[in-house]
Amino acid sequence: MKQEGRGGVSERILLKGGRVVDPAAGRDEIADVLIEDGVIVSADASRSGASVVDADGLVVAPGLVDLHTHLREPGREDKETVETGCRAAALGGFTAVSPMANTEPVADTAAVIHEVRDLGARAGLCDVFPVGAITRGLGGEEMAELGEMVEAGVRMFSDDGRCLPNARILRNALTYAKAFDGIVIAEHCEDGPLAEGGQMHEGYHSYSLGLAGQPREAEEIVVARDLAVVRLTGGRLHLCHLSSAGSIEIVRRAKAEGLRVTAEVTPHHVVFSDEDLGTYDTNFKVNPPLRTPEDRDALRLALADGTIDAVATDHAPHAVEDKEAEFDQSPPGTIGLETALAAVLTHLVEPGLLPLARAIEAMSTVPARILGAAEHGGPIEPGRPANLVAFDPGAAWVVEPPFASKSRNSAFLGTTLRGRVIHTLYRGDLVVADGKAQR
Amino acid sequence: MNKHLLSIHDVSAEDVVRVLDTAESFREVGTRVIKKVPALRGRTVVNLFYENSTRTRISFELAAKRLSADVINFTTSGSSVSKGESLKDTALTLQAMGADAIVIRHSSSGSPLTLTKWVKGSVLNAGDGTHEHPTQALLDLYTMRERLGRLEELRVAIIGDVLHSRVARSLSFALVKMGAEVTLVGPPTLIPPDAPAWGVQVSYDIESVLPKLDVCYMLRVQRERQRQQYFPSVREYARLFGLTRTRVSMLPDDALIMHPGPMNRGVEIDSDVADLPNSVIEDQVTNGIAVRMALLYLLLGGTRTDDGEAA
Repeated sequence: MKQEGRGGVSERILLKGGRVVDPAAGRDEIADVLIEDGVIVSADASRSGASVVDADGLVVAPGLVDLHTHLREPGREDKETVETGCRAAALGGFTAVSPMANTEPVADTAAVIHEVRDLGARAGLCDVFPVGAITRGLGGEEMAELGEMVEAGVRMFSDDGRCLPNARILRNALTYAKAFDGIVIAEHCEDGPLAEGGQMHEGYHSYSLGLAGQPREAEEIVVARDLAVVRLTGGRLHLCHLSSAGSIEIVRRAKAEGLRVTAEVTPHHVVFSDEDLGTYDTNFKVNPPLRTPEDRDALRLALADGTIDAVATDHAPHAVEDKEAEFDQSPPGTIGLETALAAVLTHLVEPGLLPLARAIEAMSTVPARILGAAEHGGPIEPGRPANLVAFDPGAAWVVEPPFASKSRNSAFLGTTLRGRVIHTLYRGDLVVADGKAQR
Repeated sequence: MNKHLLSIHDVSAEDVVRVLDTAESFREVGTRVIKKVPALRGRTVVNLFYENSTRTRISFELAAKRLSADVINFTTSGSSVSKGESLKDTALTLQAMGADAIVIRHSSSGSPLTLTKWVKGSVLNAGDGTHEHPTQALLDLYTMRERLGRLEELRVAIIGDVLHSRVARSLSFALVKMGAEVTLVGPPTLIPPDAPAWGVQVSYDIESVLPKLDVCYMLRVQRERQRQQYFPSVREYARLFGLTRTRVSMLPDDALIMHPGPMNRGVEIDSDVADLPNSVIEDQVTNGIAVRMALLYLLLGGTRTDDGEAA
């Protein structure tokens, strides 16, 4: 979906003097980036007439790509709309997001997919790649019309929030999806009966706080089951928001075996743990739950060594009144688009746990590849669409409202993060300039 | 003392002694013809009960009234809550009405702590979900100390559905804090696997534990747990973990039998066991009023004037 240069006038932007970190090209150097009509052109080309954007001291990287976003529209526009979510994304440095299918109505038909895409195009703040439901109404029984949704542009299918209830449905979905090129089935791994009622990770803290626990095995059982089905079908599977050290070991073995699997982790799972639940703060209630510090450390290592491929936000906006409720009555989820990059920079890159280039790869290059979003994730080379982010890695800020998101249920609320998005270019358009959304 | 009583972790061992000593002085008030002191005259205590609990509510109500406080009972059925009012709005309303203390009972763990974010007065946890029931633990400690003269090195078994019991949590934490030796007993499905980290022992064999006890504390076992498959049948539960006449004979002669109520006679405790002389279940109820008086008095910083010089 190409956007026309506005007014037919040739527009030139020169991103000057930034540190270009471009994992797709294996590049990390101080360089200028010249953009003409939304496309990167050779920096040697005539720069006359270009508006200069000073990127001195900033990191210039391919725009971030989120594999796991909840935009709530249609159905819960009080929590988020495609437009407000896209604005939050742009402010967080994202140039593409993948809204999950658990809307009302569920995104299980081409009609709903078209609606969400159109809302995204109208907002014009980033690309919106809707995720289609695997089963009708997320019911876990009948397969949705995947082919029709593929024609509508869907690349990823998921019943996120619900785990496929049995191996047979997954087998059929993985096998059927082979009819279409580059399609990925994404799974939220959670054994229903074992996890039922669970409010947090099951362990010392859940027992002491009197909150029903959800054991890590509820995730691991399904990860193991699903990978067996991948072996059976030769299908292509993506694992959403892994939370447990045990899951990582299973994925590691599957990858060594050559199974076609990728995995993501959220910023909150690599930053927080079940030790943070002591005040019953519902912003730490997420699904899968925050697990132990040992799990968190294993997730960090797995992200660094590539066993976990990508960082995804699982941006999950909820109304204030829903989150200001009793812990067991509050819905799980934290917003994340506006804090993801800074959280990764502050808690992983700065302490030396993750090289900067790997962080950008995991937040841009790899998710773009998983999603088949060819115009995202770099390389930053002539002829490529200018989907870019420029951020100040050292700028400290306190996470607090107002957010661009309609909701404010952030697990990071009140914490100080370092790393601030200064400019976001979406197809050459400065949708965020000097840290402010331009529309 | 902290401003609120949300968990046993909010009170130090010193505080516990202070509460029990204060309760002892209030105990006498309940034996007078005029069962009242003016310590909290003009103060407002709200009983905010999201869960039915006649005995705890009445105990708190009597405690507050014997201290001359104004008492408002707010139960959720037939109130604004049944019209969908949130905990926050209810809290703000009570705050606006000038509640000095809010006694809250709620089925959701952590609700009392959440409530403290919205009210200026003291919050007393009268039982939250499967978390804690600190006033019950303190009245149990009072009863043990009164009957046995000490808490240190008392050997106490807490028997039954520990997993879902707020009483078991608060009582375990409190007894460990006071230097008692606690053993949790029950089917493995109903004992938290991480319980040893609380500083307690765990046993699945009631009969091996009974001969060494000073206190045998039975927990209520809900029949619902059988439906959830925590144990195969109520009959088998009673057979393996119930306190029968035969098992009582395995206890040392002076050991106490306690139960927080309400009892399931014939399930966790045989009917005639509950009525034995070393069963102090009714004492627990009586002492509950004095302990709650002490807590309201200490948390609200009540001053003693004219005839109320019990402290």
